[in-house]
Amino acid sequence: MISVRRYLGHYLGLSLLALTIATVAGCTKKSEPSGEGAQSAANVGIVGDEILVGQFGAFTGSEATFGQSTDKGVRMAFDEKNQAGGIKGKKLKLISIDNQGKAEEAAAAITRLITQNNVIAVIGEVASSRSLAAAPIAQQHKIPMITPSSTNPRVTEVGDYIFRVCFIDPFQGTVMAKFAHEHLKVKRVAVLRDMKSDYSIGLADFFIKKFTELGGTIVADEKYQSGESSFEGQLTQIKAEKPEAIFIPGYYTEVGLIAKQARKLGITATLLGGDGWDSSKLYEIGGDDINGGYFSNHYTTESTDPVVVNFIKKFKERYNGETPDALAAAGYDAAKVLIEAMERAPELTPKAIRDEIAKTKDFVGVTGKITIDENRNASKPAVVVRVDGPNNRFVTTIAP
Amino acid sequence: MTSRMLKSWLSPLIAFVGMLVIGVVLDQFFNQYVQLIILFACTNIILALSLNLVNGFTGQFSIGHAVFMAIGAYVSAYLSLRPEIFGVKFTMFPEAIDYLNYLVYAVCGGLVAAAAGWVVGLPSLRLRGDYLAIVTLGFSEIIRVILLNTQAVGGARGLFGIPRPDALALGPLTLSPFLVMYVLASFWVVLTFLVLWRLIHSVHGRAFLSVREDEIAAQAMGINTTQVKVRAFVISSFFAGVAGSIFAHSANYLNPSTFGFTKSVDVIIMIVLGGMGSLSGSVVAALFITFLPEFVLRPLQEYTHIDFRMVIYSITLVLFMVLRPKGLFGSREISDIARSLRGERSADERAS
Amino acid sequence: MSEEILEFTQHLINGIALGSIYALIALGYTMVYGILQLINFAHSEVYMIGAFATYYGARWFGLLDRPGISTFVLLLVFAMICCAALGVLIERLAYRPLRNAPRLNALITAIGVSLFLQYTGQIVFGADPKVFPTLIEDAALASFHGVSIRSFDVAIFGVTLFFMIALSYLIQGTKIGKAMRAVSANRTVASLMGIDANRVITFTFVVGSALAAVGAVLVGMKYPKIDPLMGTLFGLKAFVAAVLGGIGNLPGAVVGGLIMGLCEEMVVGYISSTYRDAFAFSILILILFFRPAGLLGKATQEKV
Repeated sequence: MISVRRYLGHYLGLSLLALTIATVAGCTKKSEPSGEGAQSAANVGIVGDEILVGQFGAFTGSEATFGQSTDKGVRMAFDEKNQAGGIKGKKLKLISIDNQGKAEEAAAAITRLITQNNVIAVIGEVASSRSLAAAPIAQQHKIPMITPSSTNPRVTEVGDYIFRVCFIDPFQGTVMAKFAHEHLKVKRVAVLRDMKSDYSIGLADFFIKKFTELGGTIVADEKYQSGESSFEGQLTQIKAEKPEAIFIPGYYTEVGLIAKQARKLGITATLLGGDGWDSSKLYEIGGDDINGGYFSNHYTTESTDPVVVNFIKKFKERYNGETPDALAAAGYDAAKVLIEAMERAPELTPKAIRDEIAKTKDFVGVTGKITIDENRNASKPAVVVRVDGPNNRFVTTIAP
Repeated sequence: MTSRMLKSWLSPLIAFVGMLVIGVVLDQFFNQYVQLIILFACTNIILALSLNLVNGFTGQFSIGHAVFMAIGAYVSAYLSLRPEIFGVKFTMFPEAIDYLNYLVYAVCGGLVAAAAGWVVGLPSLRLRGDYLAIVTLGFSEIIRVILLNTQAVGGARGLFGIPRPDALALGPLTLSPFLVMYVLASFWVVLTFLVLWRLIHSVHGRAFLSVREDEIAAQAMGINTTQVKVRAFVISSFFAGVAGSIFAHSANYLNPSTFGFTKSVDVIIMIVLGGMGSLSGSVVAALFITFLPEFVLRPLQEYTHIDFRMVIYSITLVLFMVLRPKGLFGSREISDIARSLRGERSADERAS
Repeated sequence: MSEEILEFTQHLINGIALGSIYALIALGYTMVYGILQLINFAHSEVYMIGAFATYYGARWFGLLDRPGISTFVLLLVFAMICCAALGVLIERLAYRPLRNAPRLNALITAIGVSLFLQYTGQIVFGADPKVFPTLIEDAALASFHGVSIRSFDVAIFGVTLFFMIALSYLIQGTKIGKAMRAVSANRTVASLMGIDANRVITFTFVVGSALAAVGAVLVGMKYPKIDPLMGTLFGLKAFVAAVLGGIGNLPGAVVGGLIMGLCEEMVVGYISSTYRDAFAFSILILILFFRPAGLLGKATQEKV
């Protein structure tokens, strides 16, 4: 005869504990399943006179600087709208959730935003990898998601509720390839990419494809990992191939150091890059060594467009004179596109908002005229700018 | 005879049924966010249990446990995404019983991870302590870099669109996809616990402990310490691979960055917090470490608008270690504690 | 042909320069380990604080755009004081209560402290990278066909060697060093012999943390970008280097660091930059297979 009581003892504690903790989480009410066609809950994301919008991003961790920049732009757009009276008499409320730059936390974060906070729309992620982790969840619940700066083409392919307001890699890579070929007239280019970042890899791949198509030669394709400080080895390899230009599609956090080390090794080749370069920190870190480098961007601080001028002025006022970087501008535009869509939508439901985002046409944003195409991508021209001290000088515009 | 059989199967059965009840509650009354975190918690429980075999019971020092999880996760996800590999169909069961496929994926993931565990276990013939730790760390970095550069599994972009089990119709009942996944996860949690529990309380298990306590003495007693250590690595890696599989099909997305040094450290934190060499301690600590940042610190962060989740997490960790240096349970099990609360003497005390 | 030799020379210089950085940080790890048998994971964060102390110090003292020897010395001393204070604080609050607990618990505490400093740093300093002030201008000391030896690299290498010798002398040749060795061998017996073990350990942390500050200032000048997570990567590599050389062994840490640096550099140069870390780690594992207690460590059979 076995003592059931004793054996229960083994596992009772275990089960009890799980139950207790599950109850601790008990303030979490189950929302209506919003699966197929379950749009019955008309007041998703509306609490009293507030409209709940979610944002998930890397606000801590190794990529926090990108997430925080985006957040600044998004918050500014929301506050502006609220000061102007809000939407349909309701105020916008932004719920920002941190994912520490981890993919699995991004999935958890967006699930929380949608099923617990009941947001009406989501703005998120800089990195395409984390957008890809989150997008299927937004799609499943039919909640519109706008990514400010995930450039991988696959992100919006997830479904009809996923949008972006930035370039896609094939376009931006092509822009710099064209620029190197037509304006700089260089033939031999080396590539130095960040293998930890899908953004950098995508840009490099499309650059190489286009540039070789145009008849140029890629003399070296070296890799680094973001977070490292020493790039001398890769640069020594590149130097031996005597390139005329080096394409470095990384973020300013590393590019500044790369430029410094390249010049110290005696490399005089022109440095080229993408919108990841856009930050006032680039020149602060790289100093004179980064001068004369070219990168593709959404806009230039030299622009006389009142939208851009106004944005930069207000941003500086709000954030102690900080110059907005590309991510802040993209975050601002993503929020603006969403706000405009809400404004136009006949009713405030995820479905109606989605439909209006899809109809966005010639929206004058900071990062250019945004038109959402049938693949839910933004098509807009890119500008190429030259680093010249703390300012970037406009060089040329390249249309898609 | 029947009584003996009943005895050995009753407690896991009760545990499994208990978990199922929790599952139904979760399914009915909680939202998907909570459900996802619960699945992550199951993953972490299996990870902690399996690492405890190597670090806690055998006394080796592995700081690369996440790599086995990564291998299991990627193998499992890859199998589920490909109709056939080398002419073998891994998705072998029809859609109606498609949850069985997930068992196949998990076992395959576990087996490949176990093979990797064997490879890592080999250096433990010669190395010990921090030197072995460096090898496990190095191995996990090597695999991470390889995954980062393998386009077939998505590279840095990550592997997405990993399927989850379909809803399951059982006569008039329909189990939601979450419930199916949860039942699978519970099955593995209970199995892991059962296998490790019985292993440790068997003759083989005493061999693990003897290696931890005194390797030379163990050798003198005729224990093949090399074999014991490698065996610990293989079994532990198998279950870590299974945990990876559950993770892959719960998150539906994999990225090499998930399986870095930080993840391995998280698992070590769980087993130390729970008490080295306490299986139930591992379970409790895994739940604690999963739930603390999500269910406690997240609301706090939403309330205060400051991202100090990790700050509080780290302070908790330090305080815990300072105040309870032996972990929650030390090397005791929850049943020992329950018993001592009732005033009975624990098995260890009786033995002494 | 000669170009290949030049290229190899350049890789060699790069590798030694990088290796010296690993070695310098590894010295701090190995020193604490030698006395306490504790892997002080917070060492890399002390290093990070050292860099930020210099950054803010330069602002407070108004030395931002005044490179020179006096600026350098002043800020170096300031950073060393800050780090030493932090090291003592960490030891007092987080490690001392665990003096008699199992080793792994102290390790978890170390990880906890390390996470605490990283994430508090992100809140206090901000997550965006900061620019390390220019303390001394870098200059090419010698140049040959485009391959140059630069003053920072020589400085880091020299400082590493200096500290290796100085610390070895400290431990082998001075009275406090004798006390340190006694505490390392057996803390209980040492205290019975009249040695204040706690004071000796505090002293070890002061020296180790000040060393981290020296590393931070030198590396900061070479790679002038600092952020709250800057310590993690160098810290991990330095820790690996310390173990490779035989943990607890000072010359071992330097040799380990140099091998790490050279391995990485040569892999980039002659195999592939993609697998930089993968190959570097493979080489390390291979070395450990033949020298199971590290390069200069003594293989000890415990409990005979």
